Amino acid sequence: MMKFATLLRKPPEWMLLDGPHRDIVITSRVRLARNLDGPAFPGFAKKEDRTTVMQELQPVVEGLPEMKDGFSEDLGGLDAIRKQVLVEKHLISREQAAKSGGSAAVINRDQSLSIMINEEDHLRMQSIRSGLDLRVAYAALDRVDEELDGLVKFAFHPRFGYLTACPTNLGTGMRASAMLHLPGLVLSEQVNQVIAAVNKIGLAVRGLYGEGTEALANLFQISNQHTLGEREPEIIARLERVIEQIINHERNARRKLVEDQPHKVLDHVGRAYAALRYAHILESKEALTQLSMLRLGSDLGILPSDLGRTIDTLLVEIQPAHLQINSQRKLGPEERDVLRAETLRQRLAGVPEPRPESLQPPVDPEPPVI
Amino acid sequence: MQCDVCKQNKATVFLTQIEKGKMQKVNLCEACAHAKGVADPKGFALVEMLHGFGHGEKVATQPQERTCPNCGMTQTTFRKTGRLGCGACYQTFGEGMDQLLKAMHKGVRHTGRVPAWAKVVGRDNDRVEDLRVRLEEAVAAERYEEAGRLRDEIRQLTPPETAV
Repeated sequence: MMKFATLLRKPPEWMLLDGPHRDIVITSRVRLARNLDGPAFPGFAKKEDRTTVMQELQPVVEGLPEMKDGFSEDLGGLDAIRKQVLVEKHLISREQAAKSGGSAAVINRDQSLSIMINEEDHLRMQSIRSGLDLRVAYAALDRVDEELDGLVKFAFHPRFGYLTACPTNLGTGMRASAMLHLPGLVLSEQVNQVIAAVNKIGLAVRGLYGEGTEALANLFQISNQHTLGEREPEIIARLERVIEQIINHERNARRKLVEDQPHKVLDHVGRAYAALRYAHILESKEALTQLSMLRLGSDLGILPSDLGRTIDTLLVEIQPAHLQINSQRKLGPEERDVLRAETLRQRLAGVPEPRPESLQPPVDPEPPVI
Repeated sequence: MQCDVCKQNKATVFLTQIEKGKMQKVNLCEACAHAKGVADPKGFALVEMLHGFGHGEKVATQPQERTCPNCGMTQTTFRKTGRLGCGACYQTFGEGMDQLLKAMHKGVRHTGRVPAWAKVVGRDNDRVEDLRVRLEEAVAAERYEEAGRLRDEIRQLTPPETAV
């Protein structure tokens, strides 16, 4: 099995690949909630029953072909910082990180698949892909679901579908989401309109780390709200259509910014470059905002095009738990701000200065050849 | 008329309750009615109150709560937390959930993936049975597009040799 240190060092597969619409969609994720038929759900089960479920499920999950040479750990065996690192990498939820014994996380080697045991449901399985690639993310998860279906008996009701602790997940137990980088819509003050419209059609918009979190770094997670009454492919197709529209809006907003307010764009990118290259104290929020602007600069041709990937890596690396684990000690907020600035200066040291003359509006990608 | 409880004061509160098809009547004075919580609209059970009389026991005014036989989850806890205790809870509390589900979801009926064990052959499968009824309805109403979709769904759920 993979060690925690390896998991920490190894970049996840999605970060190394360029999925569709990677300039705007960072990742696509799909998760399925499943429970065993019989035992009480984790939140209501007695401790010993929860342990029994975990002892039954952990070896089954570890034994999946997808989990070969993967990572598997009882949450009780991880300290607070390690748990938080997994949250920052989007491999476990904040809710699971709050748990200790009787809950486990199993993660595959390339970190594209993670399975939480005894979170809110007995199983929460997640598949993550680069760019807008929900179908592929779902297909990978569906395979795992199928394999597990042959090994354990899932709680299911002919009318209600897969049974979950919270009725909001009932039916398919599926939540599909995409993480979108929308600086164009934020700068042109259109993002609230887009969010309102998306909410109206039964989709949810959340911040960087899920429910109740702020939309830092101009990153927005869009996901389906409904899990019952629609088939999985229908849910995904509907979500994908909406996301494609938002991508178009974002491209148009960027185009308009470049055409109408080039100085505003250049100013934002230039300031971001200066702050990230030369600042010595950077709070998390400021760093994330500036990284967002740097990413925009890269998308619009002012900065090298391959910078995007470095930025996506940094979005995770400058989070508090990552800073602390990399410095191998617990740090106070002020120390973290210093270390954050240092990390950013080092990692961005080789980046050439922005080139205003290269500013160009985004081009629509070629339609895919069918 | 005398109060049934204290047998002293004049009864001013007259109660009639029908439980399990049996009618119970009780007459109470103001003070006893108050003491027994009759004035409390949250409810009290007349039968239990009457049962309590002869034994001088403390009267239980809470009616028996709906509880999941598998995990022990109660209706009150479910209402409070919004979470169910186990799969069987959906049998226990599922009946009244349609309104809730309607507000939360696209529909109140699962149409997605089904685990292998639930793809049971033929008649005893509720879901297939249900789909067949809807298929007949759709055909009768000449909603052929829907009928086609339902037929495909039934095919998916039934092994080839028993498919309709």
